[in-house]
Amino acid sequence: MNVVAKDWVAIGDLTDIPRQGARVVKTDAGCIAVFRTVNDEVYALDDRCPHKGGPLSNGIVHGSSVTCPLHNWVFDLATGLAQGADEGAVLTTPAKVEGGKILLAVDALASRAAG
Amino acid sequence: MTKQKLVVIGNGMAPGRMLEFLFEKDRDAYDVTIFNAEPRVNYNRLMLSPVLSGEKTYEDIITHDDQWYADHGVTLHKSARVSEVDREAKTVTSENGITAAYDKLVIATGSNPFIIPLPGKDLEGVLTYRDLDDVEKMKDAAAHGGRAIVIGGGLLGLEAAAGLKMQGMEVTVLHLMPTLMERQLDPAAGYLLEEEFKRRGIDVRTKANSHEILDNGAGKVAGIKLDDGSEIEASIVVMAVGIRPSGDLAKSLGLEVNRGIMVSDDMRTSDADVFALGECVEHGGMCYGLVAPLYEMAGVIADNLLGGRSEYKGSVTATKLKVTGVDLYSAGDFAEAEDREEIVLRDASAGVYKRLVLKDNKIIGAVLYGETADGPWFFDLLKKETDVSEMRETLIFGQAYQGGAPLDPTAAVAALPDDAEICGCNGVCKGTIVNAIHEKGLTGLDDVRAHTKASASCGTCTGLVEQLLVATLGDAYDPTAVQPMCGCTDLGHGDVRRLIKAKELKTIPEVMQELEWTSSCGCAKCRPALNYYLVADWPDEYADDYQSRFINERVHANIQKDGTYSVVPRMWGGMTSSKELRAIADVVDKYDIPAVKCTGGQRIDMLGIKKEDLPGVWADLGEAGFVSGQAYAKGLRTVKTCVGTDWCRFGTQDSTGLGIKLEKFMWGSWTPAKLKLAVSGCPRNCAEATCKDIGIVCVDSGYEIHFAGAAGLDIKGTEILGNVTTEEEALEHVVALAQMYREQGFYLERIYKWAKRIGVEEIRRQIMDDAAMRKRYFDAFVFSQKFAQVDPWSERVSGKDKHEFKPMAILSMEAAE
Ligand code: SRM
Ligand SMILES: Cc1cc2nc3c(=O)[nH]c(=O)nc-3n(C[C@H](O)[C@H](O)[C@H](O)COP(=O)(O)OP(=O)(O)OC[C@H]3O[C@@H](n4cnc5c(N)ncnc54)[C@H](O)[C@@H]3O)c2cc1C
Ligand code: SF4
Ligand code: FES
Repeated sequence: MNVVAKDWVAIGDLTDIPRQGARVVKTDAGCIAVFRTVNDEVYALDDRCPHKGGPLSNGIVHGSSVTCPLHNWVFDLATGLAQGADEGAVLTTPAKVEGGKILLAVDALASRAAG
Repeated sequence: MTKQKLVVIGNGMAPGRMLEFLFEKDRDAYDVTIFNAEPRVNYNRLMLSPVLSGEKTYEDIITHDDQWYADHGVTLHKSARVSEVDREAKTVTSENGITAAYDKLVIATGSNPFIIPLPGKDLEGVLTYRDLDDVEKMKDAAAHGGRAIVIGGGLLGLEAAAGLKMQGMEVTVLHLMPTLMERQLDPAAGYLLEEEFKRRGIDVRTKANSHEILDNGAGKVAGIKLDDGSEIEASIVVMAVGIRPSGDLAKSLGLEVNRGIMVSDDMRTSDADVFALGECVEHGGMCYGLVAPLYEMAGVIADNLLGGRSEYKGSVTATKLKVTGVDLYSAGDFAEAEDREEIVLRDASAGVYKRLVLKDNKIIGAVLYGETADGPWFFDLLKKETDVSEMRETLIFGQAYQGGAPLDPTAAVAALPDDAEICGCNGVCKGTIVNAIHEKGLTGLDDVRAHTKASASCGTCTGLVEQLLVATLGDAYDPTAVQPMCGCTDLGHGDVRRLIKAKELKTIPEVMQELEWTSSCGCAKCRPALNYYLVADWPDEYADDYQSRFINERVHANIQKDGTYSVVPRMWGGMTSSKELRAIADVVDKYDIPAVKCTGGQRIDMLGIKKEDLPGVWADLGEAGFVSGQAYAKGLRTVKTCVGTDWCRFGTQDSTGLGIKLEKFMWGSWTPAKLKLAVSGCPRNCAEATCKDIGIVCVDSGYEIHFAGAAGLDIKGTEILGNVTTEEEALEHVVALAQMYREQGFYLERIYKWAKRIGVEEIRRQIMDDAAMRKRYFDAFVFSQKFAQVDPWSERVSGKDKHEFKPMAILSMEAAE
């Protein structure tokens, strides 16, 4: 697939997501959870917990982490790594805010859908 | 890759540890199924004596709670004694008819208490001491007072005797041998121990041979007759004379069983796919009755289950008696013999006796009484077969004297080598603990227990672990500190609740600022708790912070394992109608809902609903008059009722009507943990009111109000709050009680735990006796209901929190290109 590196696409406004909350973006590569922290940073992670598939978009967001709603694993939003005693990682997709819009790096998604 | 199936028979301490080892190495290698004859999860059997004496509760000694099994995907069949194993077909079947197939089987049936075949051994009131049921029977007996006779002056017998004494019974210990604990103690230490027990008012009789247990004429114990003809009156007899490995099941399968189930060094029985583990095992001619060797076996099996080649080589054991105030430690072999020397230290005024037995300049046995801090150090020298000739002169004074000047205890612990064993039960050495403290940033005893298991079994090394914490962390460790709410603060729940009131803190950021939270905006533990405290304390002023609520409370439905939701509408008091049922049927068809179920709370659950469909489902339900059943809330859940005077020939009051009134009055209210009620129409109690958070049992003369029951993770009958005569009074008392709990409970603390903390008497005093107080609570509840009784479903149908239910965007890759 010949996608240009860092091909960004707007998915909506920052204000579409409540602070310390998340929304889902449906893609061909599965659902992506887009998080907004209390400081208005945004992060995008696969919406599937590596433990038993819990929808991370439904978890509680605290600092730059999210706690999975099913069995309380905690993930770092920036790296996707499980924290504490648990081991596992969630795939992340680069995300940024520009002019109040949230952008996702679709090339990362597309290559995953292909792979 | 399909997982292999592992079946474990017996859910005692040994297999519990084995599973921890197994999951540490590989979480996913096996699908595990456990059968347990006992009706409960894995708990710390060593701690039964503190439960008996009242120093701990069952909750305190649970090792793996239900959540643990859920989290690890382990199927636990409780109350399921395995009676058949088909080694050809590789299946296991329990007496209650559950069958499971295995690739590998672990038999861990523990041991059975030995019952002396005395006349009268089957009388009511003859007990053994092995599991929680035995403890409960002893406690029940103790509630009636009288005398208990304990047969057996060994470890278990003495722990039982001390516990029963603390429960208020008169106690006699009968011991066949001339001195107590003769297998672990030499006669001198045995004598000191006997004196100590006598000082506590326990009647100890050695060289006492029981002849017969006497019948009171009604099939119950009346006392005991000894061989010398004398008789002692008693209401219970506890037999603690030893254990027998439980090998009958294994024998019936044709496995080799001698005293215990025979295993080779790899812990396999004569069938290579069947392991045996724990007290039921015989290895190298030895059967063990202490956990340390069993945990070593557990490690070996865990490794071999994963294709390893570990071997168990037998163990040396050390014993400690867990009776508060008695310090006693023994290890190794201390019989006298020609080729042995001994070193003895006695300090009569301090009640200290220490004896070391040496052979070829090595310690082979140690008995310590009155002062046992050096036990692990001696045991370490013993196990390592260290040559002690260099320190012979000062050896008996202990480790602290080895460098010249005596050390303080912390310095002594600091001076231990890294491989010195701190926790004998779990075989944890100093280096492991210190590393964990540094690497994982541990700050307290609970942390150390969670990460290393040290001090997590019999607890006698707790002091050593605390000194290690001091030695490693210095002043950063404060053992008296209250359990903080979470990692973001040092304050406990009680302090936070008090300060919110005292400083009039009304938002989460305000609390965090004023109470000096160490994180910028809290965590998933403290935010829901703070949100509740603020809702409860400032019902009119506080704006609920939805992002601080767990998903279920945010979307007003219960999340399921596949990320779909379940919806439970209220059915007031369990009553419904054809119209309601028809509306539910229509919703189920319209939204293609895969499952409909009657809940344990007398209402209907629709399961497997897609999140996007929730508002639609609610809109339709709302049209039929339904509101949310709050089956997800830390708040009022169900009010179960029975049919009462409306229909039942025994009903004494309108239990259905009162249940509905209570539910309509109280729905929507938030509480520290969930709150479930029930009203039964007569003492037959068909609504099971006596295991609820709050229950009412109707009687001819009015209403008996109950509270603080539990029937979930714990089972506990209710306490009686008191009796009232009218329905209005019943409602007022129940509501006032609920409000008192709302104001004082810690987040996630069920009413029975709160009551235990506050004291049932105090609660009765405030609600039953203090009319002004009751009125204040009642009014406060009514006030807060003004803001709480808003149906969350209809709010969302009209658009609130829309974002929760719709994806933000739908991206197709083609579109992106
Ligand atoms: C649906 C239901 C099972 C059923 O199919 O019957 C149920 C389902 C769940 N129960 Fe329950 N409990 C249900 C009745 C009970 C009962 C029986 C009762 O209410 O009379 C009990 C024992 C009484 C009690 O509350 O202690 C019960 C004791 C628990 C416990 C143990 C609580 C405790 O403190 O001991 C939990 C775990 C927890 O709350 O942490 C729990 C947790 C749960 C959770 C919320 C598990 C979870 O965290 O996801 C389940 C949600 C499933 C769902 O989405 O629907 N459930 N649960 C019942 C709903 C009743 C209702 O109409 O509201
Ligand atoms: C009061 C007391 C105090 C103790 N204090 C200490 C101490 O201080 N230090 C120490 O090291 N040790 C102590 N022990 C001993 C220690 O508790 C045991 O060595 C240890 O618990 C044995 O573990 P296990 O897993 O082999 O068996 P258990 O813990 O006995 O578990 C066996 C389990 O298997 C179940 N079971 C049996 N047959 C079947 C079947 N056919 N199907 C299904 N389930 C079955 C039983 O119900 C039981 O729950 C004490 C024991 C007691 C009773
Ligand atoms: S519904 Fe209750 S008992 Fe059933 S699996 Fe879920 S939590 Fe356990
Ligand atoms: S599915 Fe996320 S913690 Fe279990």
